[in-house]
Amino acid sequence: MKRFFINLGLLIALAVALAIWVRLQWPVVLALVVLGALWMAFTRHGRQAASVTGVGISTLRQRLGSSAVIVIGIAGVVGVLVALLAMGEGYSETLRKTGNVDTAIVMRGASASEVMSVLDHDSIVQIVQTPGIARDAKGQPLASPELVVAANLPMKGGSADDEGSVQLRGVGDEAWAVRPQVKIIEGRRFNPGMRELDVGKGAAQQFAGLVPGHQVRLGSQLWTVVGVFASGDAMDSEVWGDANVVSDTYRRGSSRASVVAKLANPQAFDAFKAALAANPQLKVDTDTTLAYYAKQSEGMSTVIRIMGITVGLIMAIGAMFGALNTMFAAVATRAREIATLRAIGFRGLPVVVAVMLETMLLALLGGVIGGALAWLVFNGYGASTLAAGTVGKLSFELAVTPALLWTGLKWALAIGFVGGLFPAVRAARLPVTTALREL
Amino acid sequence: MKYFHLIWAALFRRKTRTILTLVSIVAAFLLFGMLDAVRTSFDQAGQSANGAERLQTGSRLSFIQTLPQALETQIAKVPGVKMVTYANWFGGAYQDPHNQVFSFAVAPNYLDAYPEIEVDPAQRKAFDDTRTGALVGETLAQRFHWKVGDKIPLQSTIFPDKSGNKTWTFDIVGIMHAKDKKSAGFYDQMFLLHWKYFDETTPYNRGTVGWYVTRVADVNQADRVARAIDALSANSDHETRTQTEQAATANWMKQLADIGLIVGSIMGAVFFTLLLLSGNTMMQAVRERTSELAVLKTIGFSSRSVLAMVLAESVLLLLIGGVLGLGLAAVLIPGVSAHSGGMLNLPTVGAGSWVLGLVLMVLIGLLVGALPAVRAMRLNIVDALAGR
Repeated sequence: MKRFFINLGLLIALAVALAIWVRLQWPVVLALVVLGALWMAFTRHGRQAASVTGVGISTLRQRLGSSAVIVIGIAGVVGVLVALLAMGEGYSETLRKTGNVDTAIVMRGASASEVMSVLDHDSIVQIVQTPGIARDAKGQPLASPELVVAANLPMKGGSADDEGSVQLRGVGDEAWAVRPQVKIIEGRRFNPGMRELDVGKGAAQQFAGLVPGHQVRLGSQLWTVVGVFASGDAMDSEVWGDANVVSDTYRRGSSRASVVAKLANPQAFDAFKAALAANPQLKVDTDTTLAYYAKQSEGMSTVIRIMGITVGLIMAIGAMFGALNTMFAAVATRAREIATLRAIGFRGLPVVVAVMLETMLLALLGGVIGGALAWLVFNGYGASTLAAGTVGKLSFELAVTPALLWTGLKWALAIGFVGGLFPAVRAARLPVTTALREL
Repeated sequence: MKYFHLIWAALFRRKTRTILTLVSIVAAFLLFGMLDAVRTSFDQAGQSANGAERLQTGSRLSFIQTLPQALETQIAKVPGVKMVTYANWFGGAYQDPHNQVFSFAVAPNYLDAYPEIEVDPAQRKAFDDTRTGALVGETLAQRFHWKVGDKIPLQSTIFPDKSGNKTWTFDIVGIMHAKDKKSAGFYDQMFLLHWKYFDETTPYNRGTVGWYVTRVADVNQADRVARAIDALSANSDHETRTQTEQAATANWMKQLADIGLIVGSIMGAVFFTLLLLSGNTMMQAVRERTSELAVLKTIGFSSRSVLAMVLAESVLLLLIGGVLGLGLAAVLIPGVSAHSGGMLNLPTVGAGSWVLGLVLMVLIGLLVGALPAVRAMRLNIVDALAGR
């Protein structure tokens, strides 16, 4: 009965410790490590713990196979977890970078995304004249009315019939001005009035035939690709053409989907939004592009995150029991040694600390290996999906950020902690006399 | 078989170790079961006998481009076409724009093209008779606690009415049930409204149609019919592209994500770790039984039967853990689908996953057992008994 309660208490303490651990920031962890090191260096128990740990680690080589189970098991968990989270991170980072605080996007009210929005010519004229928009050297407002549609194009690496969807943006000269990050890296800009296209770097990688000089079919018409642009954000997955020509092809008349406007300064946004809302002839929603793109990425990045954590959790349970197994075996083989230590006066605590430290060191090693592998293999790895709010494939790169690596390490240490705790407690509780007689 | 109790006893000689190992195996196969369900749901999307005889015709330009309604009569005349119907994307959301609802404005005969969707005849009649009527899928109705007779507001993220108002009111007149629960995911989430009501209310549609759905009389003629439909509008300003429902869905899924690659690499990492982990357990198990194995050999067990017994032990270990894990996945998946609020709809662990899983269990078991088993087979009785 007493044992049962001790075990129960241990489990509850464990749950609390893990809950706190999840929230810990790195400075706190660093402080904990320093405290632990001081304890080991300057107190009697601490020094005992250090010497027992030293013995444990020096015999690791004899248990290479079973110790490798901990290291590789945890490396697997961390690698997969970090890679999946990096996918979500890369995706939302790509969309986040697309927006900023001093650019506003105006769409028809209640439109979930650009492609669902329709603004007629009169509205556009009024929006462009609204105060708060920055002006170029000639005094023209830096606002770009744009038409956003989708186009079917053959995908790379598929059969000719295997068509994918790409977001096609019909723009004027202003589009380049409101998005200074978009730069032509090959060829030239399209000429107004011509069936010419500039393609994003990402789109060029996803779809076949998007090479300057080539012609592609949009519906029944042939368009010529004249340039490739790069922007490092969601625009990379788009294809741009002249707004009037795109509008003809898609029978949209003089309507456009959205107006993207460069604001005079970020503070001007509230006034700009209020001015549009106050205009009785307009029924529009206004957002900064930062907020707009952040909203678009929300759903998908949550899905990826939940998926990553679910997979990670299940794998972590597997790895945890693997670690438990290994450490129980390790404690069993060293039972006599531990009992001898206890017999000559070592207390329980140093033994517990020593076993746990050993497990957590192995776990740390696993975490480092897993994180390093994820970083080496997946950082910058190209992926694509149909993004919410756009109507084309969005290409993005997996981003293994330091924050994610840190999350991975925390997971590794948590697994090591749990995997080491129970064997450690068993080692400390081992009745000295029976253990000495064993074997 | 007659040695089963011997193998069983050997397996549970050290209960803690075996159980700890089993939990790891259970976790691995639980993950396998769930991920394989995701993969199958991607693979099987749109693959049904009814789906095979349906063709989808959309604009060749892009899926957002609409087609003239006049095409309906032309398509109906194409030889081999049994019936044709059409629909438009409505883009509905309930209460919060984030609560997206798969809502379509459909032609009166739309449901006739989908015999796998069941609607009570009286409710179907009510739908036909009510201009603002709507049919909702079972799961969707549960999600928002709708029942027949409710009047509900649905906002369209694409289409406002003539006065610019984005909220539409519908009368729920019936509930749709999917006959085959395996592919129920999508149908039970649908919201159907009348295309006519839709077209008359919004100024943005102007008599156009999002896509046509055609049922062909003979599945083998599907390709020919598809080409004939596309030929109708060739070189016009509204060229079409017709695909079987299967091909169209597969294409979407492929664009969404290369799920096979993701699942494959995760499972690769998991099984590699599992191999090492259970391999370690088996090594330990054989090492500490050296003298027992020697005794077995002394009393007349051949080297080969010792080999077989150790192999059987490791396969059994994997099978117990694996079957438990897959079973757990089968139990958990419906719960996950139910709690995801319609975001996920996973089929439960199918026959294909079970077969693949069992093959993997046996294979991993054999691989894991191979080294210890060979060791046990080569055991020299005299050395082993002497503890050398």
